[in-house]
Amino acid sequence: MSIKIKEGKFKDRVTDEMKNDFMRKAVSGAQDSLGNRRLTSTDKLGDWESWRTAGSEIRKHTIDNLVHYLSMLSEQISAKGGHVYFAETDEDARNYIKEVVRNKNATKVVKSKSMVTEEIGLNTALEEIGCEVVETDLGEYILQVDDHDPPSHIVAPALHKKKEQIRDLFVEKLGYDKTEDPGELAKHARKMLREKFLGAEIGITGCNFAVAETGTICIVTNEGNARMVTTIPKTQITVMGMERLVPSLEDLDIMVSLLTRAAVGQPISSYVTLLNGPKAEEEVDGPEDLHVVIVDNGRSKILGTEFQDILNCIRCGACLNVCPVYRHIGGHSYGSIYQGPVGAVLTPLLDGYDDHKDLPYASTLCGACTDVCPVKIPLHDLLLKHRQEIVEQGGRAPISEKLLMKAFGFGASSGGLYESGTKIASVSLKMLLRNKETISNGPGMMKEWTNSKEFPTLKTSRFRDWMSKHESEKKHEER
Amino acid sequence: MRVTLFSTCLVDLFYSNVGISTVELLEKLGCEVDYPKGQICCGQPAYNSGYKKDAKTAMKQLIKTFDDAEYVVTPSGSCALMLREYGHIFADDEKWAARSKALSVKTYELTDFIVNVLGIDSIPSTLQGKAVFHTSCHMTRLLGVKEEPKLLLSNVEKLEMKPLANAQNCCGFGGTFSVKMGDISAEMVQEKTRSIQEADVDYVIGADCGCLMNIGGRLKREKQDVEVLHIAEVLNRGMGV
Ligand code: SF4
Repeated sequence: MSIKIKEGKFKDRVTDEMKNDFMRKAVSGAQDSLGNRRLTSTDKLGDWESWRTAGSEIRKHTIDNLVHYLSMLSEQISAKGGHVYFAETDEDARNYIKEVVRNKNATKVVKSKSMVTEEIGLNTALEEIGCEVVETDLGEYILQVDDHDPPSHIVAPALHKKKEQIRDLFVEKLGYDKTEDPGELAKHARKMLREKFLGAEIGITGCNFAVAETGTICIVTNEGNARMVTTIPKTQITVMGMERLVPSLEDLDIMVSLLTRAAVGQPISSYVTLLNGPKAEEEVDGPEDLHVVIVDNGRSKILGTEFQDILNCIRCGACLNVCPVYRHIGGHSYGSIYQGPVGAVLTPLLDGYDDHKDLPYASTLCGACTDVCPVKIPLHDLLLKHRQEIVEQGGRAPISEKLLMKAFGFGASSGGLYESGTKIASVSLKMLLRNKETISNGPGMMKEWTNSKEFPTLKTSRFRDWMSKHESEKKHEER
Repeated sequence: MRVTLFSTCLVDLFYSNVGISTVELLEKLGCEVDYPKGQICCGQPAYNSGYKKDAKTAMKQLIKTFDDAEYVVTPSGSCALMLREYGHIFADDEKWAARSKALSVKTYELTDFIVNVLGIDSIPSTLQGKAVFHTSCHMTRLLGVKEEPKLLLSNVEKLEMKPLANAQNCCGFGGTFSVKMGDISAEMVQEKTRSIQEADVDYVIGADCGCLMNIGGRLKREKQDVEVLHIAEVLNRGMGV
């Protein structure tokens, strides 16, 4: 997998996905229950707004001083005996990791959840050199077993799957013979995964936060699988986006508090794993060899631009959980491993407009995402900036729309033109529509509206005509 | 108090009743309403589609028109928000920066103006029946006007306000979104009209004609017997002179 997960047009994907009633119920149900849980957990914390402010300041400060903190992190990890590799491109990252795996003569790899490894297409690359790569996060595991079905939510990747579908999948692929009870399904997955853990030579993890001052890698999970991935295999490779760090452990405390609440409404997740370098002599477990791969892959190009704030993202998924568009179209419609508002902002930045130019328009700019984001990223503003970029720089907007908007600017700035235009329109339309109050079957672009809704007709008398009369009546009264 | 009305293009062309109610209401509350004819549109349709340059042409027209106003009041949270943004949009433009900022500062959404400038939170009006209030996104989240319309509605006689399920979710209007992404917009508004149906009410009240046009258009298509009203129409009803 890479960033782009599907071919074809955005609108076609949306049409397909919106037919999937199950997915839509699952998404709206998850949005409603997660929304309530998030609110309860943030209420309990006290003044959530000041927590958000603190979080956004930490992130902003970190990104503003990214080079400084990255070199600090790198020194710390090296001092503890770990290896750090900066990968400029996805290919660099894949090549380095393949090299590590080859040097170990390894073929058995287990992974905990990591979006950036999906972004760089790591699994396929390792499979190509003969490795068995096993995802150990339950959601990711289900998708992997289902012939690499792409994720539909950055935190809950298999949100679109029914438990009955998962049962059938397990029956077909994993020799399962029990019911669709989630507990039983999880038990079976755990049994299958246990064997993989025990035999694994290499553990690959993502990274929620790396702490620059201490060289600590922090991984947040609810299943504990990251613990297994980082304790059993002799070699650990941690892959992180280059923005994924915080200065100090105190900052980490704040960020984790924000992350688990914003993501799933938990005061803290079941497991928060802090890893400090490879296994030291006096320690009983941990990897003998640790590699931290820091991936740029287009991120440094975002630095210093008007989109920089998106690098503050902590991948909590809260913006997906409140987005009214995501609610109806689901994750796969976005055609990217990053979905929802964050995906619509980030995907075109990392992977270009060519395949993703519709994403910034998949929003009503309602601001629900901006409102919920625990690090105060102005998501709806960034979507708007993309639109401006598409229109003004890229020359990618349709000509008809450009002309329409030109006419708009013209019409909306010339009193005379507006006056004659709207007068004629209202009289002629009125004649056309006679006694109709609304239009049920509009032409051209209006069809998109009238397919589902009535459109009001223009009135023969505009408000301003009434107002002129009203004003002269008033004057009359005064006299 | 002298108040300059920005009626918005939707009101001017489609919803003159809302404009009339706004004027009558403000006059009854003791304001003198001024309506400069140079006003057309706040520029939002172009601006939110990414056409900043074309939008600015429309915006300049509005800035000129409202130069002399003391307060600009508009019966739309969304358009008020757009005007409030002018200051940022023209911040780097020497010629327009000061004038645009002045307009941003003196612009108010109608209920915000009534409650926070005029200091009135109860208007003697009457409407018999049950209603839900549609909290439009721009007004509630981005402009931050949340409690004012609810406060005013809570004091309308004989009107029972009921909660609306998932009230926080956008109705799917989104300006040009509704014609660019018509299918998604349709699903969004249908969820909204379902919630309205479940609330079992006589009226849907809102403070933005865009959302009301969207919700009303769908209710009408579904032949639901629910009347769509702008808050200005409600507050102006049965209000003695
Ligand atoms: S943009 Fe904000 S809300 Fe969305 S995933 Fe990132 S941190 Fe969470």
